[in-house]
Order: sequence, then C-alpha cells, then structure tokens
Amino acid sequence: MSRPEWVTSRAGEIEEIFARYPRKKSAIMPLLHLAQEVRGHIADEDVAAIAELLSTTPSYVESVCSFYSLFHREPVGKYVITVCGNISCGLSGAEELTRYLERKLGIKAGETTPDGLITLLVTGECIAACDGAPALQVNLEYCGNVDQERADAIIEAIRKGEDPKAIADRFAISPKKAG
Amino acid sequence: MAFEPVLTKGIGELDLADIEVYESQGGYQALRKALKEMTPAQVLEEVKASGLRGRGGAGFPTGMKWGFLPNDGRPRYLCCNADESEPGTFNNKMLIEYNPHLLIEGILLAAYATNCAQSFVYIRGEFKRGYDVLTRALAQARAKGYVGEKILGSDFTQNITVHRGAGAYICGEETGLLSSLEGGRGEPRLKPPFPAVSGLYGCPTIINNVETLCNVRFIVERGASWFKSIGTEKSPGTKIFSVSGKVRRPGNYELPLGVTLRELIEEHAGGLLPGSTLKAVQPGGASSPVLLPDKLDIPLDFDSVPANGSILGTAGVIVFDQTVCMVRTALYYADFFSHESCGQCTPCREGTAWAARVLRRIESGQGTRHDLEVLRSLKGTMSGTTICLLSDFSITFLQSVLNHFAHEFEAHVSGKACLAAREVRSA
Repeated sequence: MSRPEWVTSRAGEIEEIFARYPRKKSAIMPLLHLAQEVRGHIADEDVAAIAELLSTTPSYVESVCSFYSLFHREPVGKYVITVCGNISCGLSGAEELTRYLERKLGIKAGETTPDGLITLLVTGECIAACDGAPALQVNLEYCGNVDQERADAIIEAIRKGEDPKAIADRFAISPKKAG
Repeated sequence: MAFEPVLTKGIGELDLADIEVYESQGGYQALRKALKEMTPAQVLEEVKASGLRGRGGAGFPTGMKWGFLPNDGRPRYLCCNADESEPGTFNNKMLIEYNPHLLIEGILLAAYATNCAQSFVYIRGEFKRGYDVLTRALAQARAKGYVGEKILGSDFTQNITVHRGAGAYICGEETGLLSSLEGGRGEPRLKPPFPAVSGLYGCPTIINNVETLCNVRFIVERGASWFKSIGTEKSPGTKIFSVSGKVRRPGNYELPLGVTLRELIEEHAGGLLPGSTLKAVQPGGASSPVLLPDKLDIPLDFDSVPANGSILGTAGVIVFDQTVCMVRTALYYADFFSHESCGQCTPCREGTAWAARVLRRIESGQGTRHDLEVLRSLKGTMSGTTICLLSDFSITFLQSVLNHFAHEFEAHVSGKACLAAREVRSA
C-alpha cells in the first residue's frame, strides 16, 4: 500500500495537530478529517498511514472511524447534500424535499449521481437548523427553508461548480429577535 | 420594563465574531478584571453565588460542579460541550457562529476559576462553519494576548483546543465526549467515577455547555446579585429557547427563565401557523414528555417544568398542531435513538431497534394490541439498565404520548386509520 501524499505535503499541519493534545491518540479524529479533506473519503491507505502516525493498528483506526457517520470510507460525490431527517424538518416537509431531490437527481438517497458530482444523503440526526426547517447541508454548509424553488437553485449552483460556502450564504438562516 | 437580552445582544446587528467589535462592546473586560482584581477562588465564589445552572439539559449548579474537583496535583481539564445534537435545539450553533469571543472569554474565566491546565471545545462535526469561526476567533484572541502564555501579563496560562466531532449524537453525553476526545469510539463510561474526579485522560475534568460558559463573563462583570435579579429564585438568569415546529417565527429567543410557555410561543415565536391549533409541546428536546395545551401558562424553569410532568432539558421547544401524528412523531424519535445508540448495552441497542420496528408496524396499519403492550412495557426494561441515559431518554416521549394520545395509537391499530391525517385533509 502506498503512503498517501498528505503525510508529507501536510507534515507541518500534522505536527501542529499533535501539539494540540497532551496525548497522541487524541489526534485520530483530526487526522481522519484531514485525510478526508484531501481525498473526499478515507481510503485504506489513509487508515494505514494514520495508524502508523499514532503507533497503533489499522484495525484500531478502523474501529474509531466506523463509529462516526461523517467519515466516508467509500468515495462520495464532489458535493454531498445531506437533508435533515429529524422532527422539526420532518414537520416542515423534509420527506417531500427528499423525494423531490431524488426525482430531480435521478438517484435514491444514499446514492451518487453517475457523473460523480452529487451524493444525496438523509441524516436521522437533527442538524440544529430547526429555525430554517426544512434544512440541508451542502458539504456541511447550511441552507435553510429549502422549498422546491430553493432546491432547484442549489442544484443549479452546484452544477455550475459554485463554492458550497457561497451557496450557503445565499440561503442562510438569519437569527431572529425576541418580542 | 423591557427585557434586554444578554448573551444574544448585538447578534444580527454587529459582527461580534470580529474581536475589535467584541471588545468595543465591553468584551474581554471581565477577563481583565478577573486577572487583575480577583483570585481564582473569588471568581468561583461569584459563580457559586450567582446560582447559575447548567444549560446543557440537567440544570446542575455550575459553581458546585466546579467545586468538586479534587486538589491532588493531577492536571485539570476544562471541556466545553459544543456537540449540540438534541433534536429541536440550536442555540449553541448561533452563539458559536455569531458570538464566539463570548464563549472564549467564558472558557478563560472558568479555566482561571478552577485552575485548569488546558481547555477543549468539542464541537460537533456538522458545525463546520462554527469550527471555522471559532478557530479564527481564537487566533485573534491569541494575537491580542487573551489566550496563550501569561495572559495579559498575569501568571495565568491557557490554551484552548477546538476538537471536531464527526457525527455521533452520543458524544454529547459527557463521558462519550471524553472517550471521543481521547481518540476512541464515543462510548459512554460508567459513573462513578464522575468526570470531576476521573475525566479526560483520567484527570479531574469539568464539562460545561456552550451557553453555560457564555454566562460567566456577565456574572464576573456585573456580579452574582445582578444575575440573580433575572429569572426565578431557583433558576436565575436568561435562557435561549429554541422554538421550532408549527409556529410562524421559529428561532432562538433569549428570555428570563420562568417566562411562560404561552408568552414564548405566542409573543416571541409569532404564534401558531395560520390554520393550526395547538396539540402538544415538547419543552426540552426529543426526550422531553409532551405538555398539553392546558399547560401553556406554566413558567419555563428548571423546577416548574418537572412539576408539570416534563423537563426543561435543552429548552428546545417543539410545537405540534392538529395535523401532527403522534405515532409518526414517536417513530421519528425511535429511528433516531436506534441509529444513535452506541451499542454497548443490550437493552439500549436491542430495545431502541425493536421500538422502531414495532412503531413502524403500527404506523403502517399492521400493528396489534399486543404491540401497544410491548411499547408500554419498555419502561421496565429500558430504564435504569444501561451505562448512560440514552436508553431511558429514548422512551420518555413515547411513554407520554402512549398516555396522552392513546386514542391515536388505538386508531392506528384497530381502525387502521391515522386521526391526524384526517386533520390534514380537512385543513
């Protein structure tokens, strides 16, 4: 198995990660995040490299990695759309939104478009955006009050290659004042 | 007298994430005051005297928690729990994204009061934006000498590490958080020993919620008696209520503890949606039992809500109208808890999955009377039988709707009909 390039190209950052913690093992999640940031998902060689960096076994790294739903062990689309599937979004039409996105993209939730551009996910976890229900994330950037019109605009922006942050800024959930 | 918000003041108007703007609003003056004029013990005493109670759900007195740390030479750690994941709760996300320096100042004051060697913020992986905002704010605070070695020329040194989670509800449970932060699976641990005695890396550890720590600046700045002048005698201060569901203006509303449910929903959240009539409210997240409309005038504080059959919890207030099916709602939560069970304990791993299966059967019209008995029996098998409280909390809402909305479950089982769906059609 070849050594992933990030181990050398991001060596300074890796060192900085280790410096944050009194004990080395705590660096496992930041390193998994780093590997995923580089590749889009976590490959076997990333697991092996992290095990080596931490002086532990690949199976231990695997056991930790598999506990957390945001770590992808399989390739995902360049854009990952995650629809919130918990209660407040459910009360505001999240199921209809998911079905609409499935039809529009021609895939089922959990799948990736054949061109590798978009993965559609539904999470059972509340994403803490209930003031913008139904809400979704594009590469973890929040879009709120996503009706069909907004869903269309989001997909269009993705197909144009827009930055997820810029997309989210257009559909941000603004804080409200009491009274 | 119009109530003035404290923690959320300026949010939406000022860019408080910029350190200069935060400083122009009196930011970091409490830290300066504490380091120059107060001993750590005095800060601790002030927080104790304020009566501040933890905002993460349990309402435990913060100062008392800080006082539990043994003085035995081991390093002490402070962990800020920013793994906000309780369904219907979204105030930590707002505080972090829009007022990160308030959190940083609170952490510094808490670490000073308790003589902690290092602080950590465990922020849920979904809060990518929050992580970026907080990281940038920390760099600014470090550059200004508020974080790092010998802060503001004092002997106080503090580094703050922001640690990203990666999608696991259970890491909001304090010992699950510690397991995760130590580099493991986020599996909760048996208590005792409590984290105060044996927490992060086996050392004395304080774990406080984001909103709890944000209050500390103002307690140091204005004093315990000011803090106690807001809210109720036993639940002093403000609380940021997250309101969602069938209301016109879902959002975060900071109000004195003890505000009535009616004022919160009708005045601040804009009342129910047009055509909606109130059916039930969950006052504190997924695990809080429902309150019926006859409880609208109860005060929302840590003691009044339990006295009326529910819990204040995270103050994630979820509003249901006549179109919401309670069987379907129970199924949402059952699926959620089943997915989020860490799997260590059999009653939770198996129980949450079975509850979801039985509820799915009932919801689809395939359920039997026996299924209802099974659901009612879960209290005996899933409460008090596991390492952490996820198992217990996974069935509290279910038990409350089995009691209050038994007719809806009956209709699904016998008449094979959804009563709420009729309301949707007639609406």
